[in-house]
Amino acid sequence: MTTLVIAEPSVEGVKVPTLTTLGAASKLGGDVHVLVLGYSDGGQGVGAVAEATAKVAGVAKVLTADAAELAHGLAENVAPLVVGLVKSGGYSHVLAPSTTFGKNVAPRVAALLDVAQISDITGVESPDTFTRPIYAGNAIATVQSSDPVKVATVRGTAFEAVAATGGSAAVEAAAGAADAGLSKFVSQEVSKSERPELTSARVIVSGGRGMQSGDNFPLLEALADKLGAAVGASRAAVDAGFVPNDYQVGQTGKIVAPELYIAVGISGAIQHLAGMKDSKVIVAINKDEEAPIFQIADYGLVADLFKAVPELTAEV
Amino acid sequence: MKVLVAVKRVVDYNVKVRVKADGMGVETANVKMSMNPFDEIAVEEAVRLKEAGKATEIVVVSVGPTQAQETLRTALAMGADRAILVQTDVETQSLGVAKALKALAEKEQPGLVILGKQAIDDDANQTGQMLAALLGWAQGTFASKVVPAEGTIAVTREIDGGLETVELKLPAVVTTDLRLNEPRYASLPNIMKAKKKPLETVDAASLGVDLTPRLKTLKVAEPPKRAGGVKVGSVQELVAKLKTEARVI
Repeated sequence: MTTLVIAEPSVEGVKVPTLTTLGAASKLGGDVHVLVLGYSDGGQGVGAVAEATAKVAGVAKVLTADAAELAHGLAENVAPLVVGLVKSGGYSHVLAPSTTFGKNVAPRVAALLDVAQISDITGVESPDTFTRPIYAGNAIATVQSSDPVKVATVRGTAFEAVAATGGSAAVEAAAGAADAGLSKFVSQEVSKSERPELTSARVIVSGGRGMQSGDNFPLLEALADKLGAAVGASRAAVDAGFVPNDYQVGQTGKIVAPELYIAVGISGAIQHLAGMKDSKVIVAINKDEEAPIFQIADYGLVADLFKAVPELTAEV
Repeated sequence: MKVLVAVKRVVDYNVKVRVKADGMGVETANVKMSMNPFDEIAVEEAVRLKEAGKATEIVVVSVGPTQAQETLRTALAMGADRAILVQTDVETQSLGVAKALKALAEKEQPGLVILGKQAIDDDANQTGQMLAALLGWAQGTFASKVVPAEGTIAVTREIDGGLETVELKLPAVVTTDLRLNEPRYASLPNIMKAKKKPLETVDAASLGVDLTPRLKTLKVAEPPKRAGGVKVGSVQELVAKLKTEARVI
């Protein structure tokens, strides 16, 4: 039994979603190989990331695929490569992180292998049985796969990241990358921010409809900068156009579980709770004392956020 | 260009689901059912493409029980031209649905297939990617903007760090994200008109597709409950608690 983990593409170092996916892989037992893919374009890129990955605890082998057609992780080109490796390598499991990259690629791999995919696993009961949330996390299903290869995406917040050091895996180049000729990368608009990424931040400050306008988000940013926190938002705030979609925490956005989650002007719709209720400590600031967010918050403050947030920023 | 849109009938997003007493699923009897919200966005996008003269015909498809006819009627009322129900009473899973949609795509020869990125019941987020794989087509997942051109389509995708635009060869599969559009409400005259639009029912077996679930659900349980905490009276009290009690700042 050997597991192939598809690493989250990276230009430098091993990404946290790769480490948490490896955490899930370690629970399966058996050897773990990691596929590091991308395009160095003459630079360090893939080779350096592969070397860093080889040092991760518990990794037996690192496979590298470095080709122009793998730049930007286009699913049409990545999936056949993975399928080829699974067939030649006899892998029993393929795991990918539940990131937009993993969610795009893994089902394409599963369908090409004619197997089901188990999405967003939160627990490994045995090598063929997994737990996963359904209905926005309002129920937890235990599912068993009878397929010869188990393809799954891994919810990062549900598993411990493995140690980034302590391993000494062999690095091998994998053949088989080709351009399917179906898709082309055109452009990217990546939000530039000095703040930590939402999915790996220790503290998150999120705003909801109560913020009233995107112009008021600097209030939260000031608090976030004081706490070294990431800034998130509810779907309501995204729908209202206050902030871009990549801020969204919830069933249809990012799933987070920081040590401290501060929900500001967020009422607590189930779709939002689905994305943050596993946070260690939840603080809610809302002027409506009946807001459902208070039912799950460890500390609730019924107050006008436009007064409370600047005060909090000054106090911490 | 013909556009095929897939829709799923799910428990309405406003319903708080309850796990069944036997722990084998969630309660769906006497619960309000609706079209999956992401699929509404898919129907809306197809209708807008038709209004813009980019699409010629919209065929809406659902794989599910007889009651999914209601969901298809909703799509017809929003502006789809005709509907196909692949009738089945088994629990539908992504791979089987993708195979049924592939069979229909081969028959209907659409230039574009649009689906919601995920259904809010099983939260799988797989069917579009699987359909694209089975057809050997390109996939534009989590779309927030689609611009069809001659033989290609530009799709702007919601990715973790921001937005990415890819150019896909047609025919292609697109899955919708929230910001793609705001679906319209069907007007009463359109709801009446939809009743006269063609709705064909086919048997999954007649498509030569095996819908038998590959994943077996062993049990369904309530998630661990999070106990509510305390209300604090002031910002100062909150900061004190976070520092000394929770020790997170």
